[in-house]
Amino acid sequence: MKLVTAVIKPHKWEDVREALETFGVTGMTVSEVSGYGRQKGHTEVYRGAEYDIALVPKIRIEIVVGDDDADDVVGIIVKTAQTGRIGDGKVWVSPVDTVVRVRTGDRDDAAL
Amino acid sequence: MDGYYAWMIVATALVLMMTTPALALFYGGMSRSKSVLNMMMMSYVALGIVGIVYVLWGWSMSFGPNDVGGLFASPFDLFGLKDVGWDSYIAVMFQMTFATITAALISGAIADRVKLSAWVVFVPFWVTLAYFPIGHMVWGGGFIAEHFAPQDYAGGTVVHINAGVAGLVLALVIGRRVGFGKEPMRPHNLTLTMIGAGLLWFGWYGFNVGSIVFTGDTEEANTAQFMSETGVTFLNTTIATCAAMLGWLLVERVLHGKATSLGAASGIVAGLVAITPSCGAVELPGAILIGAVAGGLCAWAVGLKYKVGMDDSLDVVGVHLVGGLVGTLLIGLVSSSAAPGGIDGLLYGGGFGSLGDQFMAAVIAIAWSAVFTTVIAYAIKLTIGWRVTEEAEVEGIDSDQHGESAYDLHTGLGGGPTSSTSVLAKSTVTEGVNA
Repeated sequence: MKLVTAVIKPHKWEDVREALETFGVTGMTVSEVSGYGRQKGHTEVYRGAEYDIALVPKIRIEIVVGDDDADDVVGIIVKTAQTGRIGDGKVWVSPVDTVVRVRTGDRDDAAL
Repeated sequence: MDGYYAWMIVATALVLMMTTPALALFYGGMSRSKSVLNMMMMSYVALGIVGIVYVLWGWSMSFGPNDVGGLFASPFDLFGLKDVGWDSYIAVMFQMTFATITAALISGAIADRVKLSAWVVFVPFWVTLAYFPIGHMVWGGGFIAEHFAPQDYAGGTVVHINAGVAGLVLALVIGRRVGFGKEPMRPHNLTLTMIGAGLLWFGWYGFNVGSIVFTGDTEEANTAQFMSETGVTFLNTTIATCAAMLGWLLVERVLHGKATSLGAASGIVAGLVAITPSCGAVELPGAILIGAVAGGLCAWAVGLKYKVGMDDSLDVVGVHLVGGLVGTLLIGLVSSSAAPGGIDGLLYGGGFGSLGDQFMAAVIAIAWSAVFTTVIAYAIKLTIGWRVTEEAEVEGIDSDQHGESAYDLHTGLGGGPTSSTSVLAKSTVTEGVNA
């Protein structure tokens, strides 16, 4: 099993969710996060005082999938979230040892 | 003049609204989320204190019968509104709301860092030593009115220059916030600030249009004056404010690249400040000029504090002192004998007389306010002290001074009741015993 984590631009979130649902992903965890990469932050001006706002708002998606599906899910996210401009985000995949469904106690692939 | 008295009740309520909640919202939105309640409380508490002080000795010191050297009237003659007829109570209330907002305006210069107790001590001393005397000198027939006869329709000197100078002095004596100039201190909720600015504008109609003083000998003459003069002050107040908002937006668009909502809100206030003394002195072109100059100049002036390293947190100096001076001094240039004030300024062929009078009134107000604010500020600094601890300031003054936080955005996570938990626990135990 793999954990797919994606940090994407907020306005791309709806498109990504729809594409993943079409593919067959049944659930995910989504958080509003902030951070920065090579894009860095942006500047805001209040009554002439400039502030460097280091953190940019992003959406983080976390999905646990079977080993076979990981590459497809990553591909869908990258394809859907891409604008080609700086700040599009990142996707990474990490191994998962165990998954348990809380309601039933099902484990691993049965719990996905 | 039944209509006049009905209007003055409304006007007084409008000016009260300028302090609570309008100014509290305007300032609260500009402060940080950890200190918005304290910022708003400074306005609310100022209302509570000045309301009491005003009826005890404020009215007597401002408009009482016994003038003391032209500087103020005796606080004892009308103490507690003794011998003041009920038919004067609306006038007392109207003037009380002016004293209240003037004190509250100062709080913007010292946001996020002052103990509530220090503010509670400062406010009554300040209105007593700075506001009531200047009010008497300008409006109560005292020194300034007698020697210079300046035009100050609703408080360019008494309210805005006075509060602006006091803000300057307090910002210098109390010092900068921890992290000023290094950490971002952005406004935390500009929607509050926009609402506050809009409500200030609305309330300002009570402030300016309610400030009519009758000069006629007969009821008919006064009615005629009321019917015409209020139209002029109403229109001038509106048009100058429109021009000021646009002026501010234009200047910041040129200087900083964007026309901001905070700029619009600030421009509105700058225009209202500048038209306050001048709304009865000028015709339409004068009102537009005063508004535009105030908006543009204040937009530039609010940046100066960073150059001199002074933490006038919400720009009481840049908006109220600068705007008050613009309105007070430009009267000397663009006042018109065709306006209710009846005096020609320099550009209307009236010579330098009016400009000189306006200048002297401004200088005396600045000097008086600076001296007495400095005395009170140092007296508090050397006794009870102004500042909360550095730790409290960084953690948030709302929590330290009031035991509250303005926003509960994470209700689901932690934050269960502590004191009431123990009450619940006790009652549970009691039930258990009874069972």
